[in-house]
Amino acid sequence: MARKVTGRHVAISTLAAWLAGFVIFFPILWMVLASFKTELEAFATPPSFLFFHWTTENYATVQERSDYLHHALNSLIVAGGSTLIAMLIAIPAAWSMAFSPTKRTKDILLWMLSTKMMPPVGVLVPIYLIYKNMGLLDTRTGLVFILCLGNLPIVIWMLFTYFKEIPKDILEAARMDGATIGRELIYVLTPMAIPGLASTLLLNLILAWNEAFWTLNLSTLNAAPLTTFIASYSSPEGLFWARLSAASTLAIAPILIIGWFSQKQLVRGLTFGAVK
Amino acid sequence: MGRITLEGVQKSFGPVHIIKGADLDIPDGAFVVFVGPSGCGKTTLLRLIAGLEDVSGGRILIDGHNVVDVPPAKRGLSMVFQSYALYPHMSVRGNIAFGLKMAGLPKAEINQKVEAAAATLNLTPYLDRKPRELSGGQRQRVAIGRAIVREPKAFLFDEPLSNLDAALRVQMRLEVTRLQKQLGTTAIYVTHDQVEAMTMADKIVVLNAGRIEQYGSPIELYQKPANLFVAGFIGSPKMNFITGPEAAQRGATTIGVRPEHIAVVDDGGEGWSGKVLIAEHLGSDTFLYVDAGALGTLTVRCVGEKRLGAGDAVTLRPEPGRIYRFDNNGLAIFA
Repeated sequence: MARKVTGRHVAISTLAAWLAGFVIFFPILWMVLASFKTELEAFATPPSFLFFHWTTENYATVQERSDYLHHALNSLIVAGGSTLIAMLIAIPAAWSMAFSPTKRTKDILLWMLSTKMMPPVGVLVPIYLIYKNMGLLDTRTGLVFILCLGNLPIVIWMLFTYFKEIPKDILEAARMDGATIGRELIYVLTPMAIPGLASTLLLNLILAWNEAFWTLNLSTLNAAPLTTFIASYSSPEGLFWARLSAASTLAIAPILIIGWFSQKQLVRGLTFGAVK
Repeated sequence: MGRITLEGVQKSFGPVHIIKGADLDIPDGAFVVFVGPSGCGKTTLLRLIAGLEDVSGGRILIDGHNVVDVPPAKRGLSMVFQSYALYPHMSVRGNIAFGLKMAGLPKAEINQKVEAAAATLNLTPYLDRKPRELSGGQRQRVAIGRAIVREPKAFLFDEPLSNLDAALRVQMRLEVTRLQKQLGTTAIYVTHDQVEAMTMADKIVVLNAGRIEQYGSPIELYQKPANLFVAGFIGSPKMNFITGPEAAQRGATTIGVRPEHIAVVDDGGEGWSGKVLIAEHLGSDTFLYVDAGALGTLTVRCVGEKRLGAGDAVTLRPEPGRIYRFDNNGLAIFA
C-alpha cells in the first residue's frame, strides 16, 4: 500500500526542510550580516540581527588594505589550473581503469584513496623543504601542483565511478555501427559522460578554491589566493570581526555564485547511478 | 551475400582456453543458432565473428575473405545485444540512423531508410521518443531496427530475448524469425534456451566447453545426436541415460531413451518396472518421475489424461527403434 501523504505531512516536512536549510546556511548569513556592521556592533552582546547601522565601510577598508582582485585572480588561477590539469590526468586514467581493468586496478584505486587518509600536516615539513629548494614557495605553479595532486585521487575516483556506469555494450554497439574511436568519443561517450565530467569539475573547483592548509602554508603574498587573504584579517593585534566577515564574504562570493547556478548539475552528478 | 566460415578458430584469455578450435560453415541466408550451457563459449564465438574480440588462432571468412584483422565496423555485420545497448541520449530515430550517419549517407536517404525500418518494426509512432520512454519489447525492436537498417551481410544476435517476459519472448521469437526469412539475411543467434534454438534455427550449433559438439538441423540433432552431451542437451525433458547390464546387453556403454519414447503399459508384458516418485500434471502432458530400481530414476512423458500418482507401480516399455546407444567415449553408435 502506498503511504498516505496528507497536506499536513507536506507542510511539516517542508517546514523541517526549510529549518534545516536555515540552520546550515545561518553561519554564512551571519557572516554576511556582520560584514555590514561596524566593528563595535559586530562584537555587541546581545547581537542585533537586522536593526543595526548598515555600512559598507568594511568593504572599502578591505579593498584599501589588501588587493582583493590580486588574490581573487590567484584563486582563479590556482583552483582553475589545478582542476584542469587534474581532469586532464584523471580522464584517461579513470577511462582505462573503467574500460580495460587489470588485476591490480582495484589495488591502485584503493592506494590512491589511501593517500587522502593521511593528514596533510604529516608531510608539511618535507613538502615545504622540497618547495623551498625548488623555488616553488609562494608561486602559483607550486600551488597548482600541490592542489592538483591533492585532489587527483578524488577526481579519478569520481570519474571512475561515472565511467563504470556507462555500459560497455553501448560502446561496442557504436563500434559495430561503424564509429571510429574519435566519433565514438564525440557522439556516444561524451554526451553520456557529460553530467559526470561536469559535476567532477565543479566539485574539484570548489575543493581547490576552498583549500586552506597548503595555500596558507606555501604562499604569503605573490601567489596568495583568497584563503590567505581571509587569514590575514585574523591578526595578533586583535580580531576585526566586521572586516574579517567582509573579506570572507568577498572570498566565497564567486564560488557561491558558481555553486548556485550549477546546483542542478552538482546534485545530478552526485546522485548519478544511484537509481537506475 | 553473407557466407561465414570458421576455420580452426581459437580464443584464449590468458591461460584459459575458451574456444578450442571451431570449424563451421554457415551458408548465405541461413538462420544458425549457437546453443549451449552457460560458459560454453557461445557468446565469445559470436564476439569473435563480430570482431569485438581478437582470435588467438584460426581464420574467420566472410564471403571468402579472411576478416580476422578487419575491425568490427568493416566486417559488414550488425549485432543485437542482450542489453539492447541503445544510445540513451538519442531518440529512436537517432539510434536507428546512427550506423548510416557513420557511413556518411546523405540525410534524405538516411531518413527514408529509417522510416522504412521503423514501419517494418511498428516503431513509426515512437521515432521521436528516447529509449527510456519505451517498453522492453519496443527497445528490443529499436535494437533490431538499428541492425537491419544497415543492410548487413549477417545479423548477430546475442541472447536478445532473455530480458523479456515469457509471453513477449514467444512473440518476439516469431517476429525475429519472420523478419529474417523476409530479409533473407544470414543470422547467427546465441541462446542458452534450447526451445528458442529448436524453434528458430535452420541449423543449430551445440557448443560445450569451447568445442562444437554437433552442427545440424534441429530435427537431425533430436533424432541423431552425435554424443551424450547433445543427446542430453536437446529435448525437454532431458533424455534418460541408463548404464550397466541394461546397456551392455544392447552392445553399448550407455543407452538413452527420451521421455516421450517410453510408454507406460499394463498388458503384463515385458518392461522396466518401477514406482512413481512424482507425477507432474501439465494438462496436455503428464511427466512421471519413476524409480526404476537399478536403472535409476527415469522421466516419462505421457498424455495428460494419465491418472497416476506418487507410489503407483508401473511398467515402462521403451519404443524399440528409439533407443540411442553410446560407446565408452560418449559417442553415438549408429546402425
